[in-house]
Amino acid sequence: MALKKWEEIKKDIVENQVWKAIFRHGYEDTPRNRVLMVTANVFLHLHPAKVRRHGVRMRFTWCMGGLTFLMFLVTVVTGIYLMFYYRPVAEYAYADMKYLEFDMPFGMLMRNMHRWAAHAMVVFVWLHMFRVFLTGSYKPPREFNWIVGVLLLVLTLLLSFTGYLLPWDQLSIWAVTVGSNMARATPLLGHEGPFADFVGANPIYDARAFLFGGGEIGPHTLLRFYILHCIFIPMVASILMAVHFWRIRRDGFSGPSL
Amino acid sequence: MAEATQEKKNVGPVDDKVHTWPHLVRLEFLVALFVLVMLSLWSLMIDAPLEEPANPTRTPNPSKAPWYFLGLQEMLVYFDPWHAGVVLPSLIIVGLMVIPFIDINPKGNGYYTYAERKYEILTFFLGFHVLWVSMIIIGTFFRGPGWNLFWPWQHWDPHKVVALTNVDLPYLLGFRDYWLSAAFGLFCVVAYFVAGIGIFYVWVLRVKGKDFMERWGPVRFAITAFLFVTMLSLPVKMILRLAFNVKYILVTPWINI
Ligand code: HEM
Repeated sequence: MALKKWEEIKKDIVENQVWKAIFRHGYEDTPRNRVLMVTANVFLHLHPAKVRRHGVRMRFTWCMGGLTFLMFLVTVVTGIYLMFYYRPVAEYAYADMKYLEFDMPFGMLMRNMHRWAAHAMVVFVWLHMFRVFLTGSYKPPREFNWIVGVLLLVLTLLLSFTGYLLPWDQLSIWAVTVGSNMARATPLLGHEGPFADFVGANPIYDARAFLFGGGEIGPHTLLRFYILHCIFIPMVASILMAVHFWRIRRDGFSGPSL
Repeated sequence: MAEATQEKKNVGPVDDKVHTWPHLVRLEFLVALFVLVMLSLWSLMIDAPLEEPANPTRTPNPSKAPWYFLGLQEMLVYFDPWHAGVVLPSLIIVGLMVIPFIDINPKGNGYYTYAERKYEILTFFLGFHVLWVSMIIIGTFFRGPGWNLFWPWQHWDPHKVVALTNVDLPYLLGFRDYWLSAAFGLFCVVAYFVAGIGIFYVWVLRVKGKDFMERWGPVRFAITAFLFVTMLSLPVKMILRLAFNVKYILVTPWINI
């Protein structure tokens, strides 16, 4: 009875000139329309039109690949907001952070979301890899997508790491110093690494100096990391994600054989 | 079109497919919504850290890398930087990439099973949970000034005195001559790998059988054995250090292991 009432109200809303002028016609729940919803939509057609039943269960995927991607999107959106107020120059960077936190509308919230989404992305990508391992989804024919995944894992860590420097506070420069100290110990290419003498690596001309843009962490490093963080790594990661998703679409979702 | 699907259903194996719209899209939407709400709440309640402005002349003690790299920083306790910071991370990345090629078990593709791939799962568990994650936990919660061990409830005393009693293995065993020590160290490292790979061979033969070894082939075996024995070198070195205060095994003017 009540259901019938709702049906009538719905009909009143949907079947009048104003509604039809805007939406033209309703969505009719037919198999054909269900397929079209996916294939005719530029975003949704990342999916196949149909998936096997187990593949839509959270128990199987833990949703971790999708959530890693979601976290990436969150950092892109909030990151663009932050970029409007941040200058990657040693004199300004820290002041801009303060400015962003205290003067910009939603500045602190955007910064927090950017930060926590980045951490969440690292956790999620590990869990995603763990899930893919446990379901053996890297086995033929998906070997290559696993390799693309490992590259994405490394890029995720590097994205997080390069972003760590940008606030230009004590935490960031020292964490990045410690984190990149190993570059100077690279065999052959780092000035403290084994066999550096044979190559002629020295403190201002070795692997770490290449990463830092100089012998020590400094303004040049800030600019370098900013460009890596905001342009280079996101771009490479996006390309690899496109490959990753394309491959999932081509190979189909892994699952027990029928 | 309806007829075509009908026909397919009649001949092919049972088709368990469902429409992406609405079944998958609905789930994705709800999960995304839930996670975004949680993330927003979290961000409203907990602020991202911002310390004093960068000061290259004042090194904090301890200086910690971002948490996801603390496993590597923790390995620096046991190995030199070129090894812990460059060689081992590279091997981790390469090791992950070769997994699909060294694991030739056709079972367990696309579903959860422990029984059908016991050793694969145990190995991953050892590398990921036991070594990587626990090193991160140690690095995050148990390391204080001077990278000394502290319990979480202990005061971080920057002047904590820890006796530096670590000695190199050849020295511990009575070698005093420089080159003799180096030769002995080299022998130990080589012996570790030879013995490790040998034991691995026997072990695989015993648990997996001769058939498996033949299908696996020498290249896959060699890569797997090398990576596996290298992975085990971390806990081995940790035990040597913690139980016997061994600093290095191989000491040369160029590299120490
Ligand atoms: C930025 C990082 C990554 C993103 C955004 C991402 C995204 C995704 C998504 C959305 C899926 C669909 C299934 C699911 O949600 O679980 C997927 C599947 C898959 N991912 Fe990833 N992934 C990433 C990293 C990785 C890593 C680190 C690995 C492994 C080392 C990996 C290997 C795979 C494989 C093999 C599949 C196919 C699984 C199957 O067919 O069951 N991915 N990925």
